[in-house]
Amino acid sequence: MAKRIEASNVSSYYGSFKAIDSVSMTVEPKTITALIGPSGCGKSTFLRSINRMHEVLPGARIEGSLTIDDQNIYDPDVDVTAVRRMIGMVFQRPNPFPTMSIYENAVAGLKLNGVKKKSVLDEAAEKSLRSANLWDEVKDRLDRPGAGLSGGQQQRLCIARTIAVQPQVVLMDEPCSALDPISTLAIEDLMFKLKDQFTIIIVTHNMQQAARVSDKTGFFSIEKTGDPGRLIEYDDTQKIFSNPSQKKTEDYITGRFG
Amino acid sequence: MSVLEKQVPGVVMTPDNIRSRKLPVVTNVVIAVAAFAIAAAIVLGLDIGNWVLVAVFGAAFYLIGLSVVAGRIEGKRAARNRTMKALIYTACVLAVLPLISVIWTLVTKGLARFDADFFGSSMNNIGARDANGGAYHAIIGTLEQVGLATLMAVPVGVLGAIYLVEYGRGKFAGTVRFFVDVMTGVPSIVAGLFVYTFWVLGVSPIFNDGRPQASGFAAAMALAVLMLPTVVRSTEEMLRLVPGPLREGSYALGVPQWKTILRVVLPTALPGIVTGIMLAVARAAGETAPVLLAAGGLAAINFNPFEGGQSSLALFVYQQAGDGSKFAPDRAWTAALTLVALVLILTVAAKLLARRNKLSR
Repeated sequence: MAKRIEASNVSSYYGSFKAIDSVSMTVEPKTITALIGPSGCGKSTFLRSINRMHEVLPGARIEGSLTIDDQNIYDPDVDVTAVRRMIGMVFQRPNPFPTMSIYENAVAGLKLNGVKKKSVLDEAAEKSLRSANLWDEVKDRLDRPGAGLSGGQQQRLCIARTIAVQPQVVLMDEPCSALDPISTLAIEDLMFKLKDQFTIIIVTHNMQQAARVSDKTGFFSIEKTGDPGRLIEYDDTQKIFSNPSQKKTEDYITGRFG
Repeated sequence: MSVLEKQVPGVVMTPDNIRSRKLPVVTNVVIAVAAFAIAAAIVLGLDIGNWVLVAVFGAAFYLIGLSVVAGRIEGKRAARNRTMKALIYTACVLAVLPLISVIWTLVTKGLARFDADFFGSSMNNIGARDANGGAYHAIIGTLEQVGLATLMAVPVGVLGAIYLVEYGRGKFAGTVRFFVDVMTGVPSIVAGLFVYTFWVLGVSPIFNDGRPQASGFAAAMALAVLMLPTVVRSTEEMLRLVPGPLREGSYALGVPQWKTILRVVLPTALPGIVTGIMLAVARAAGETAPVLLAAGGLAAINFNPFEGGQSSLALFVYQQAGDGSKFAPDRAWTAALTLVALVLILTVAAKLLARRNKLSR
């Protein structure tokens, strides 16, 4: 059920400011793709363009085409909510819903989309929490507030919430940047496990993480502040980190950037 | 020499000694006692005031004495810190004192008529020589008018605030926000006059064979006009406090915007919204002028807010306080106590309801 994503000449704007300039890349199903690059280079903007979260901000728009299994998600007759159900997203800071319990958070996507049957919800809650490696830690306190968990647990709860709606693609926007190394490891393990079912795209500032978890890596960069970000190089992770074909990529990876 | 190494004259960046003497608690207490003793001696000795002036003078003397003595013992910085802290506590006490005084006065004076007769009868056929008579009609009036006003103001206000926060962009939203701010400053008598001319004189004759008719509903409309800006502004503030990532988290699950607002944003902001609504309710319950103009102020019991005049507790207090009968002041005090108690009970009940039943923090 994982799907292929194809971006061709995607440019994103915030009002009149061009954040990324004509990015093209193809993401194969059931792979992990890492997007790396300096701050402000547009990798998060690109990620948010993939499930149409970019346009939530006032004045934001996009040019070019983004297809998921040959359906352009920016076609005028496309239902945004359907796209977002198909392409889930995990954010930089864990954002469990504060008024909901752990259980309610895990099945929030189903409940808010109209699933009412208790047996279905129970099963989905257990399955998604198990997939997110969180079940054993929370199974005895499912009715406690989701916001009462530790940061790493909250982030895994958000992952559980995302995969509970059975998306095809999971986008992760620096999911570990607010977490300690142990929680980071737990989430990386989880990503390997989820790879069997989902296509994963992750934005990260941690190059070791990109090298560890991803199959392919895209390197974004900007010339100078105010310029749009560009995709400099996109290739197998192995190649990017051992023998990049672009000088800029090599400079960034070896820490000689800027 | 770098900037950081430069010594600013008079400031020792690296003191040799990090210890300093502390002002003993006993000294603190002695200063306080002495300050109030001197204040009492001055005020009562010269016979220029009562205990209130003693308290004010005492507090002032204490602050001065504390800053002088602490300056001697502890040094300039610590003394300033101590004096400012004492000043803040004093201000806090002074702010609470009037409140306690009001409640104390209300309870002591209001208990005189706090009886079954007061809550069970109206002022119908009560003359100047009658000691009985009550506020039953006024309590009904207040509950019905404030209830109707809440029913009108809260949906409009909350939905308006949702529009301003979640949908409103550009000029129109700015204009709405501006006029809501303007409405906040509308005096209650103006709201009363507006409803009087618009509804009582203008519209109500259509339903009453051409004769204008004051009613509880008209009063409720005036109160709703007063409640609306408070509800909009407080709800707007509370909705803005809901973090953006929470909305995005819901959108990312494929939840439509209206459902996100209904199931994620509103529940998160609910306790704050309820507090804002209760502030508006309390304000409306205490208004006299709009009720006097729009509902007339009937002395008899009238359960129907749509036909015939009504009274309210605030109006009852106003009328009884100005009444010539020697029994009227007691009734006014008890009605005031009832009004405060009623608002308090409503507020507490609303807060309990709004508290998340199972996830209370």
